[in-house]
Amino acid sequence: MTVTDDRPSAVLGTRLLRREDPALLTGEAKYTNDLDLPGALHLAVLRSPYAHARIVSVDLSAAQASPGVVAVYSGADLAGEWASPMPSAWAVTADMKNPAHYPLASSKVCYVGDGVACVLATSDVAARDALELIDVRYEPLPAVVDLEDALSDRVVIHDELSTNSSYTWDLKIEGTEGQVEQAFADAAFTVKERYVQQRLIPMAMEPRAVAAVPQPFGGDMVLYSATQIPHILKVMTALTLGIPEHQMRVIAPSVGGGFGSKLDVYAEELLCVALARKHRVPVRWNEERGEGTVATTHGRGQIQHVELAADADGKLTAVRIRLLADMGGYQQLITAGIPILGAFLYAGVYDLPQAYDFSCTGVYTTLTPTDAYRGAGRPEATYAIERAMDALADQMGIDPMDLRKRNFIRKEQFPYTAFTGLVYDSGDHLAAAEMAAEMADYDGTRARQKAQNVPGAKKLLGIGQASYFEMCGLAPSRVLASLNYSAGGWEAATVRILPTNKVQVVTGTAPHGQGHETAWSMIVADKLGIAPGDVDVLHSDTALAPLGLDTYGSRSLPVGGVAIAIACDKVIDKAKKIAAHQLEANEDDLDFTGGAFTVKGSPDRTMPLAAIAFEAFTAHNLPDGLEPNLEAQVTYDPPNFSWPFGTHICTVEVDTETGQVDVLQYVAVDDCGVQVNPLIVEGQVHGGVIQGLAQALYEEAAYDTDGNLKNASLAEYLVPAASDVPPITLGHTVTPSPTNQLGVKGIGEAGTIGAAPAVINAVVDALSGLGVTDVPMPASPHNVWKAIQAATNNSQGASK
Amino acid sequence: MKISVTVNGVVHESDVEPRTLLVHYVREVVGLTGTNIGCDTSSCGACSVHVNGEAVKSCTMLAVQADGQSITTIEGMATDGVLHPMQQAFMENHGLQCGYCTPGMVMAATSLLKENPNPTEEEVRLGLEGNLCRCTGYHNIVKSVLAAAAGQ
Repeated sequence: MTVTDDRPSAVLGTRLLRREDPALLTGEAKYTNDLDLPGALHLAVLRSPYAHARIVSVDLSAAQASPGVVAVYSGADLAGEWASPMPSAWAVTADMKNPAHYPLASSKVCYVGDGVACVLATSDVAARDALELIDVRYEPLPAVVDLEDALSDRVVIHDELSTNSSYTWDLKIEGTEGQVEQAFADAAFTVKERYVQQRLIPMAMEPRAVAAVPQPFGGDMVLYSATQIPHILKVMTALTLGIPEHQMRVIAPSVGGGFGSKLDVYAEELLCVALARKHRVPVRWNEERGEGTVATTHGRGQIQHVELAADADGKLTAVRIRLLADMGGYQQLITAGIPILGAFLYAGVYDLPQAYDFSCTGVYTTLTPTDAYRGAGRPEATYAIERAMDALADQMGIDPMDLRKRNFIRKEQFPYTAFTGLVYDSGDHLAAAEMAAEMADYDGTRARQKAQNVPGAKKLLGIGQASYFEMCGLAPSRVLASLNYSAGGWEAATVRILPTNKVQVVTGTAPHGQGHETAWSMIVADKLGIAPGDVDVLHSDTALAPLGLDTYGSRSLPVGGVAIAIACDKVIDKAKKIAAHQLEANEDDLDFTGGAFTVKGSPDRTMPLAAIAFEAFTAHNLPDGLEPNLEAQVTYDPPNFSWPFGTHICTVEVDTETGQVDVLQYVAVDDCGVQVNPLIVEGQVHGGVIQGLAQALYEEAAYDTDGNLKNASLAEYLVPAASDVPPITLGHTVTPSPTNQLGVKGIGEAGTIGAAPAVINAVVDALSGLGVTDVPMPASPHNVWKAIQAATNNSQGASK
Repeated sequence: MKISVTVNGVVHESDVEPRTLLVHYVREVVGLTGTNIGCDTSSCGACSVHVNGEAVKSCTMLAVQADGQSITTIEGMATDGVLHPMQQAFMENHGLQCGYCTPGMVMAATSLLKENPNPTEEEVRLGLEGNLCRCTGYHNIVKSVLAAAAGQ
């Protein structure tokens, strides 16, 4: 018998269109706010208009009498609902100071947007109407908006801590005492810069939304939420509310983007569950954009002091970093750890000896809490080193590309044990930089720049580069343990072959735009020799996919995807036992290709997986002792982070009279190892680049001195539109990761990490002839114009 | 107030509060949740629908203003199980990721091509400036719209 198998066996690496799209394109997909929940009450939260104030009194009576209102609660009224304060999962130091934080404040508010009371009503409109009738008396206290002011403890925000400093975390490398100081003393060149990572509002297009559906007599509770982390949320909700974990089920329906802002356990999630439990009816809440800008976590918010030492050739000899990181009014889920995620990357992609001194102090301010935002710590680190490298090149009078080439870790040094002890898996930075330079016509642009940037020129040309490492795929559990993170970094997968040879994959990842259903089906199709369309991917529901650690930190493919590949291997191993039994052959003599087992050297002795699947189901003729059915579960703890890398080159023209920056060209060369689906990879890079470019040119959560967010809506906060951004030219190199069988690395954050420094380096490069050495982010026309004026005035002052 | 609105070809007679926005009417009264809400300042365009064939942000109109009008939402774009060419172009060019801005983008983009069947890349970017996307960086959205235009 000859079996012809024409099913695809190599879908990996193809531009397979996304299976997610038809539902999303037709309105069929259901986001949390789309769920039809008969009888649900609507929650609305009254938020503090003060950045810092004592709550003197809360009068709920008028609101209680408002039409449609079922109940109104102050923070004090709900104190009995919480088994513990809101979770903070990352105590970065043993002595970290972290104030107790509850879903509603009862004695003091610590940022504009802090919840003080809530209404339950029969409609969203009725609930929001009633908010206006709640009378809260406040005793305003001074706001703390500036990080250095916060550090001074002029005003202490949390009385019980007696300081605004939450922690100081140092990266000390044993046995290297004195080396940094010596390197600076011996240096031919040193650079000392101060950079500010402005606060950013993540602005996922879907605002947050929550619905809690109780089963009053059965005791179960289902929480629907627009979250990136259904699994973590389940554990944290159970703990915070004292609900037995097995009675909590969390479902993330379609989720409209997250970028880190939905990697959290929020007050509204806890309130909905608490009130659904209390009232025995479903309770739902949907965020208005205007409240989301203050009530959803912000990103970045750092002051960076960066020092580099280099020898006469420009070879880096030491790096010293002092960070001040803005926690906001409280810590959310992993607030404290965000700057620490960047702590290992301040030497960038360069071959640095063991002379590294890093310290970060986290301080409280009276602003919206910060937490993860696309890249989380790593864009900040990359910005600092890549801006400082340009400063060093400027000081040495050499081309920044040349300086980088002198310092890159070379291809043959991989796997590279860094000064921190971390092992960088694979890379070829020179190749990526050279490819980007060629695509961007780097040398030609330099020549044009020389011709264009003459004294008196109105429009100046600039070219900027950033070379980066992503350090992602969070993460080896033991490394997370060493950082005092409260969870592991594994991921779970189950692969189940159904009787008719269709496949169910259960994953612990929780996609919210990344196309996991498509990508995971490709991995399985490739492994099992079946069509991707025969694979169903179950996810984002803790009852269907009970084990998982969710989606963030570019971890889904290098951890979750690899777990699926390993589960496929286990299923194939079991199927092979059945095939060997039925073909009367040794397992060792069987090949598995194209979805069928064949006896080596006897192509006619073959058995397709479809036949084995049915045999495994009927269990009529299985080897002795073998369990029926084909299913394997795997929990995979990665041995290392994955280290994607690349070089981005941005070309800009700056109008010296208006300060307007026009991006003429943006080239991104990224290497994420083996690409499962280049279509999806490209999309991730495009989006990431524009988010990084938006930090560089447009976005900033701007506060007044009283702690009011001045741009608390999408009308004022500049998320760029299509007309504000350039097309992106992509290239890629492929350097497989040796640490996993697929050779893959993450790609979700790479674009964002590379973009901000590339853009700002280009802007500063354009203006360098005027004496400008730095432009703060965002490089808005006003900020650029001010930088030009300051430099021009300086040089005029100097010439007098 | 009593209103009669044709939504995706079906006449709906309803009694709505005068302050009800068209988007809330479409989502909550008619029950078509494909039209998404992304902001409260008419900035994001996620709620774009067609009113008498022209793209309108449905948060900028009251439901009562739609009385007697014909509304098309994203649910009315595919016919007989076949995606509208613009939806197909978005799929083929990976013009969407999380999908939240997508219904509004598709409605705005089809309206754009109606006004300007052969736009340049620059015209597509300007034409979509009222619709925000946070995932795609717009690169593939622009590509999708140009592909849809070329395929007309």
